[in-house]
Amino acid sequence: MNRQAQAVVLFLVGAALLHAGLSGLYLRYVKAGLQPMLLASGTVLVVTALATLWYERRGAGTAAVGAGAPGQAPAPPGSPRPADHRPTPDDHHHGPDDHHHGPDGHHREPRISWLLVLPLFALILVAPPALGSYSAVRTGTALQPPYGYAALPAGSPLRLSVVDYAGRAAYDRGRSLGGRPVQVTGFVALDRTGAPYLVRMALNCCAADAQPVKIGLTGRIPPVLQPDSWLQVTGIYTPRRTRDPVNGGPIPFLAVTQAKPVPTPRDPYDETWNQ
Amino acid sequence: MAITEEAPPGAEPTAAGTGPDPTAAGAGPAGSTPRTAAAVPGRAAGSTAGEGWHLTSPGALTVLLLVVVVVQGPLRRALGAPVMQSWMTVFVAVVVQALPFLVLGVLLSAALAVFVPPSFFARALPRRPALAVPVAGVAGAMLPGCECASVPVAGALVRRGVTPAAALAFLLSAPAINPIVLTATAVAFPHDPEMVLARFTASLLVACAMGWLWQRLGRPGWLRPPAPGAYEGRSRGAAFWGSVRHDVMHAGGFLVVGAMAAATLKAVAPASWLRTAAGNPVVAVLALAVLAVLLSICSEADAFVAASLSQFSLTARLAFLVVGPMIDLKLFAMQAGTFGRAFAVRFAPATFALAVLVSVLAGAVLL
Repeated sequence: MNRQAQAVVLFLVGAALLHAGLSGLYLRYVKAGLQPMLLASGTVLVVTALATLWYERRGAGTAAVGAGAPGQAPAPPGSPRPADHRPTPDDHHHGPDDHHHGPDGHHREPRISWLLVLPLFALILVAPPALGSYSAVRTGTALQPPYGYAALPAGSPLRLSVVDYAGRAAYDRGRSLGGRPVQVTGFVALDRTGAPYLVRMALNCCAADAQPVKIGLTGRIPPVLQPDSWLQVTGIYTPRRTRDPVNGGPIPFLAVTQAKPVPTPRDPYDETWNQ
Repeated sequence: MAITEEAPPGAEPTAAGTGPDPTAAGAGPAGSTPRTAAAVPGRAAGSTAGEGWHLTSPGALTVLLLVVVVVQGPLRRALGAPVMQSWMTVFVAVVVQALPFLVLGVLLSAALAVFVPPSFFARALPRRPALAVPVAGVAGAMLPGCECASVPVAGALVRRGVTPAAALAFLLSAPAINPIVLTATAVAFPHDPEMVLARFTASLLVACAMGWLWQRLGRPGWLRPPAPGAYEGRSRGAAFWGSVRHDVMHAGGFLVVGAMAAATLKAVAPASWLRTAAGNPVVAVLALAVLAVLLSICSEADAFVAASLSQFSLTARLAFLVVGPMIDLKLFAMQAGTFGRAFAVRFAPATFALAVLVSVLAGAVLL
């Protein structure tokens, strides 16, 4: 890959990171707190691409001495593409001296650099969805004993996250809920026997470490449940519980009184463990 | 001697097969239509679009972009299966998560290479390598971030003449003992605060031991000299951005390899295997150590995953936390890219064995 192609790839990867960071697409893959880093690194990659084209155009081959201060600034956007200002590479490709032109000489990056186009295509053309029921069923519930039970607001129904309800139900036997109706939002997953769960993937850093927290559904379950569809479920605590067949973790149940389909939330992951 | 001699230019730093190729590089104007370059046999520009053609790389890139845009509909349908979607999500997530840290590391590395004179390191580090190793290991605590940042920085340190043993100690310790990672560990193990101490101690011990081991047994020939003297004679701006471009393209490609491996494991391997492994204490330690290598999770997040593996002993989980930041698929690929394959195939297994051993000892003493 020569340096013009590299500049194009760098520019596209940087632009893709900026696009993902600005559009909220990044929330499908990484934690919300990574946004500033994503935007900064996208900008750096775009600037690197423009700087590469800029120095290429100035003729890196002649930069032996005194390519001085003006060169420190990166090229402004829209600087013309260096079509035919390239020095003949013959000057630099004789024998072991190659190295002294180093990364900015005329050697190319190894072919492995081409692989950088794969995440680019995946992100721009396919934009895969956040992890859903497939991963949720294959992975054991990650429910941990909560540090404490925060006081709950007034109002009915009580809005809770899947993780919050599951923690109170499994480790506090629902005492802090006081029999109040609760409302939780998550996606549907069906295990091998067809039993329905309401799941939220809990995320610490990126989707590679996302783990499900599951609530079993009982009571007035909708007759048709589509895996991966998002539901807002209203129900009350029930002492029924089971163990996750994958890792033996506790899965509390919720007695459903009402279930309503909702669109996928902006941040599909639960990030309460990220504080 | 803290400063090594500049190694003479050795092997071509690019991978075999991408050597000097003046015809294809110089002839075509950028973005020209693909043209065959018959004079250069055996160089298909890009395995993705190559198919035996010989293209200039901008030409190949143009064709590749066009083809993918044209066939995107069928491509999306083909990738619609849950296992493929899950694979792609994890793949994209690992790359998107790691790229900012990689860029941070690359910027630091470029700054080290261009703006910090070699004499600085000569003064900052003890002259005796045996002492420089622990100093560099502790200095790893100052690099905030995960392992993707430490590989390019360690590469720049070697390039700047820091003795490789010290640079390697830094490479291993930085992702494991920096404050961000230790804080995350404390948060993930609220009931086992000794886990933080055990992680810090075991990681630092392994890093220093590997540094000393390299100093005693390592041969300079195993370590590919990372383009010595690359930045002399050019403006600092050109050198800085050239270094950033080179490192991102290089390490980025290897990062993609590692992300593909991690995504494959996450999407395909059944998690119930782990349950079987947790029963036997010896198997448990080895299983989590291998899992850390395969999963390639960022060191800032691995503590939370370890905490959720609650069916395993604390010692096994310590092994997961010590091995993961030092050696995993993604890191192995990046180390092979930066320091050469001959280095990586020796360094990685030794690191793995030592990390498991020290984890078990630290677990026995501290946990």
